[in-house]
Amino acid sequence: MQLTILLIAILALAVIGLYFGRRRALSAAGSNLGKLHSMPGYHGWYVALWCGIPSGIVLVVWLIIETPILEALLLSTLGPVVAEQSEAMIGLLLNDVRNLASGDVVSREVDPALQAAADRYASMKATAQAAVLAIGLAVGGAGFGWAWRRIAPSLRARNKVERFVNIALILSSCVAIVTTIGIVLSVLFESIRFFSIIPFWDFLFGLKWSPQTAIRADQVGSTGAFGAIPLFTGTLMITLIAMLVALPVGLFAAIYMAEFASPRFRNVTKPILEILAGVPTVVYGFFAALVVAPTFRGIGESIGLDVASESALAAGVVMGIMIIPFISSLSDDAIVAVPNSLREGSLAMGATKSETVVKVILPAALHGIVAACLLAVSRAIGETMIVVMAAGLAANLTANPLDAVTTVTVQIVTLLVGDQEFDSAKTLAAFALGLMLFVVTLALNIFALHIARKYREQYD
Amino acid sequence: MTEDSDAMVSLTMEDDAAPAAAGSAADTDAAPRMRMRARDVNVFYADKQALFDVDIDLALNKVTALIGPSGCGKSTFLRCLNRMNDIIDICRVTGSITLDDRDIYGRDIDVVQLRARVGMVFQKPNPFPKSIYENVAYGPRIHGLARKGRELDEVVEQSLRRAGLFDEVSDRLQQPGTSLSGGQQQRLCIARAIAISPEVILMDEPCSALDPIATAKVEELIDELRQHYTIAIVTHNMQQAARVSQFTAFFHLGELVEFEATEQIFTNPHDQRTQDYITGRFG
Repeated sequence: MQLTILLIAILALAVIGLYFGRRRALSAAGSNLGKLHSMPGYHGWYVALWCGIPSGIVLVVWLIIETPILEALLLSTLGPVVAEQSEAMIGLLLNDVRNLASGDVVSREVDPALQAAADRYASMKATAQAAVLAIGLAVGGAGFGWAWRRIAPSLRARNKVERFVNIALILSSCVAIVTTIGIVLSVLFESIRFFSIIPFWDFLFGLKWSPQTAIRADQVGSTGAFGAIPLFTGTLMITLIAMLVALPVGLFAAIYMAEFASPRFRNVTKPILEILAGVPTVVYGFFAALVVAPTFRGIGESIGLDVASESALAAGVVMGIMIIPFISSLSDDAIVAVPNSLREGSLAMGATKSETVVKVILPAALHGIVAACLLAVSRAIGETMIVVMAAGLAANLTANPLDAVTTVTVQIVTLLVGDQEFDSAKTLAAFALGLMLFVVTLALNIFALHIARKYREQYD
Repeated sequence: MTEDSDAMVSLTMEDDAAPAAAGSAADTDAAPRMRMRARDVNVFYADKQALFDVDIDLALNKVTALIGPSGCGKSTFLRCLNRMNDIIDICRVTGSITLDDRDIYGRDIDVVQLRARVGMVFQKPNPFPKSIYENVAYGPRIHGLARKGRELDEVVEQSLRRAGLFDEVSDRLQQPGTSLSGGQQQRLCIARAIAISPEVILMDEPCSALDPIATAKVEELIDELRQHYTIAIVTHNMQQAARVSQFTAFFHLGELVEFEATEQIFTNPHDQRTQDYITGRFG
């Protein structure tokens, strides 16, 4: 509660600083605004930042160290009996004390000693937060006063405010990078744990995928097999089918949009095509499962083919439709980016429009088209919802697109859905699969960027 | 028709001009034969008129220069001659333009064939992202003018030689055309244009992106090409017009102000505006 007050107080102080900093700068300048090094607004921001940032830091630091400090204090008052217990027991006890103090459900009988500890914890917390509130306000006030006194026509407030903005921008971009690195590391370490149970080569080249492990010692028939080849081939097949659908359709659409369509048609159609990219994949998923797959099965039956009701074909075709906008939109950009001078040069040679497209435009736009395809492939490999709903769970090692197959992403979902223990090979396998997925899509993306960059220099 | 006129070209090469159809054979100072005639050409971009009643003839084996301040319509006129304006949706052309007495906007004319007969070289060199060889072979390939192999090699070599580029690139024909210098690229574009043996070559400020040495080379080339082709060139450079052309048309605000022999225009222009422009008073 106190911390909320502190937060509001800091903000209020900053707003006041904004106003008074500006006013002081204006009065310091008198009638001649040109005397000021920086515009009055910058002086206002200067004061606001000086009172907001330091007290904000106080608040954040306290939020980070609050729990460890309070627990250490509590432990020191509980005496040696508790301190001698195992770490896990102490953790459990502290957890109960915290929960009791904040009025949550507790895992044991509430005895007077526990109640006393909880009361002590609550009072320590209140005292500490009051102290933090005081410190935060004092620091903010001091920053306010210091910055306010420094305001003078010669103060380089603009440079200082801009440096702060610069730092804020750098920090924002770091958040994404640091998060990515964190995810990669966590996946990597969990995968290493998995590979300590299941040998790496068994995982990578095993032909049987059956991730059910025995939960109780007396269970039978659930030994677990973690050969990922059926998943890789399933993913590969569905991706291949998707690309067979998306590449020609997307590329032809892009060529038509960029070279042949009238501006009016283009203005109407292009946004519609891009809406396809905005349809949630789960919608595509039930479209695939409820419409496309049964249709394929029906067609198969009528011509005497045995089509599974969850076939790779259905999932692949729908996924292909999903990634059409990727290919068409990116290829369209690449084609439009081909300089008009090449188009005119070819037409002026007496080439027809289609000769120009095939012999000049497409070669010149090839790098962009290849990059678009690679990005689409990595999108298809990582796509989950459609295959979960339409491709099935059976890890068949087959080359028949009419069979049910499963993909890496589907298996990750099924491994982690529901109540799971997080140290069995079954759940850890999800991390290993995730790592594989990450490595493959990363490689594809890097390759795509490399191609795009390499050929762009050559053609312009 | 084409073959006949080609034969005429070679017969009349030495005196540099064919007798006019109506003129008497004894007349040694005969007017040159006209390859293209433009009459009452008006061009509109949507509602805005860009050219007003332009009459220009392009004489066989002569270079006709189109000069005038920016935006005066000279490039627009040039692009009417091979119907490149067709690409622009809002552009409308009226009047008549004939090539060897046939209306190029007529219904029986295929624009693709027209452009094969009336080649074009652009302001900025625009080699295709292909090898030097493929750039020159592009036209012959799409028009089926030469069989693959020796025959095509010969066409490519001959075109590059005529464009004065062969000796510089003979050992790297497979390298991309874009790897050449600006002046070489422009000569490559000229080689590409003449590889399909057009009758007329239109040049839209072919030297404006080139340095003085490359410009001199291209000008020299234009003078040589004149013996085989009819050439129209748009230029901002009046010395260039004076150096390379036999006839000069001066455009101003979409109107053809004066169209005379180059010597006449530069020594004794009739119109005050021409006088002002060539002496640098505006433009």
